[in-house]
Amino acid sequence: MAISISGLRKRFGQTDVLRGLELEITKGELVALLGPSGSGKTTLLKIIAGLEWPDTGRLEVDGENWLELAAQDRRIGFVFQHYALFPHMSVRDNLAFGLTVRPRAQRPGKAVIAAKVQELLHFLQITHLADRFPGQLSGGQRQRVALGRALAIEPKLLLLDEPFGALDAAIRRDLRRWLRGVHEATGSTTIFVTHDQEEAFELADRVVVMGEGRIEQIGHADTIHDHPASPFVARFMGATVELPVTLQAGRPEAAGLDLQALARRALPDGPATLFVRPEDIRPVPDSAAPWRIESRMSNGAHLRLVLRHATGAEAEADIPRRAVQAEALAPGASVRLRVEAGAIFPAERQGTAATTVSQPILKLESSK
Amino acid sequence: MSVIAAPIRAKRVLPGFTLSLGTTLLYLTLIVLIPVAALVLKGAEMGPERFWRIVSSPRAVAAFQITLAAAAIATVFNAVYGVLMAWVLVRYEFPGKRLLDALMDVPFALPTAVAGLSLTALFSANGWFGAALHPAGIPVVYTIWGIALAMAFTSVPFVVRTVQPVLEDMDPALEQAAITLGARPWAVFWRVVCPAILPAWLAGCTTAFARSLGEFGAIVFIAGNLPFQTEIAALLAYIRLEEFDYNGASAIALVLLGFALVLLLTSNLLQFWAARAREGAR
Repeated sequence: MAISISGLRKRFGQTDVLRGLELEITKGELVALLGPSGSGKTTLLKIIAGLEWPDTGRLEVDGENWLELAAQDRRIGFVFQHYALFPHMSVRDNLAFGLTVRPRAQRPGKAVIAAKVQELLHFLQITHLADRFPGQLSGGQRQRVALGRALAIEPKLLLLDEPFGALDAAIRRDLRRWLRGVHEATGSTTIFVTHDQEEAFELADRVVVMGEGRIEQIGHADTIHDHPASPFVARFMGATVELPVTLQAGRPEAAGLDLQALARRALPDGPATLFVRPEDIRPVPDSAAPWRIESRMSNGAHLRLVLRHATGAEAEADIPRRAVQAEALAPGASVRLRVEAGAIFPAERQGTAATTVSQPILKLESSK
Repeated sequence: MSVIAAPIRAKRVLPGFTLSLGTTLLYLTLIVLIPVAALVLKGAEMGPERFWRIVSSPRAVAAFQITLAAAAIATVFNAVYGVLMAWVLVRYEFPGKRLLDALMDVPFALPTAVAGLSLTALFSANGWFGAALHPAGIPVVYTIWGIALAMAFTSVPFVVRTVQPVLEDMDPALEQAAITLGARPWAVFWRVVCPAILPAWLAGCTTAFARSLGEFGAIVFIAGNLPFQTEIAALLAYIRLEEFDYNGASAIALVLLGFALVLLLTSNLLQFWAARAREGAR
């Protein structure tokens, strides 16, 4: 199903949860809504499901206005974060629920429902669990049942809220691969919410990065990783080191930084901020440079260096422990920082543009 | 190593298992077991034949019938109203909600005689409600309906207070899941909410029923206490005692005790079932 969202806004009391969203999703796509908690991603998912209602905006699916349609009539499959299996029903009855609650006229016969459930049990590889109750299942098994229950009604749209959030790492990886398989087998449009980048990028065709009720960027893993659209996305994608630089003819410059590796940007001259991942910073011993190594920690594979600028600014660098120069990088050594990759945003845009306009306090801070 | 020699014991809140268990047992014996045993002994003293004659006398049978019927009416009313009340208190936000929640305990705290007096005043022929009901041909005072009313008043918190926490604990996602699967509100209630609150609801109703059977203070004012018509079992026992007919009183009391024990057992079984169902939910 093709989904078209525009101008979607939602407030909870004093809080703006969604501040005007625009999003198009094409049929059969697997889309991830990625963002930190409080970014509005779950609210968006629940609005699509019909479990929440926006204050204003449009939600059209295959040209039909879904805001006039009750959740029951949207025929979506929704998988809840904590599964929400019916505790008093066996796995079999949980799977059958969506079929048995249909109005009598549309309800399939008992034998048809039983056959459908059997087919699902087989597809989910949980035939042996059919007569157990949810309380007797492990997290991964519950997740499968929850997904199966959603699939039973043959949804045209599958929505998953943090589907793997409560599972441990190994099961997560398995289920992720398995969900991808399910998506391909059913061909339904699928949207899932996650705060885990790895999960979003590994599983989704397209990732929608959300922050504070806005869509910050939509794109493929590589694009978002290499070219974050805003400081928010840069920080969220792990570029936690923020270095003040000056742009001149599209080239960033700053004392003690070696920025030759960075491409020219079509940005106006003036102060700017460079967002870098710690692993993209290479400290090079240089007795004349203003950076000093303050501390050094090892996690076995990598060394994490905390670097201090003469003016007090701080940066972090991750380097492979076995790298040749590791020996020379002892605490106290003076270094110059070679930046391999990074994102640059003009200094005015430290917050997002709208925030800066509406909240003068931020503007003051950013112009410091 | 010598460190191992002293076993590590978990710290407990109350000192000494023996002492705390001893105290509880002593207390239970003094205020529950001894009186009950005395009652049973008193009953045994008269022999089964005499016991049967007393409890099967027409007046006693009528009293038991009235008590059971009125308690059943009160329980049916409370079963419906109690769930509704618990639902409102849990699911909606409105001004005065906390006050209403607190008011729910008034029947527990209010002396039952006070409740009986005020109900009688309200429903008697010249009371606020009675003035309207009486001309309409619905007398409440001095009928079984009056008895049921008084019973319902004193026992409704049992249903509300057992269902309320279960509703509060219910994951809202369960209902949302049912909705996304196409269930209409009625189906959501019957197939998802009802099974979840059923054990607690049944336990609450059983306790309310047991309480109604034993209610005395609130009823004697509103019932009129006519033998064969509005005389409840507890009152009959009291009358026998007044007449120094100890055997008659204890025989009737024993039957009430029997009812109470059966209900208590039922209630406990239901709660056990509820606890197991909740465990299954985890």
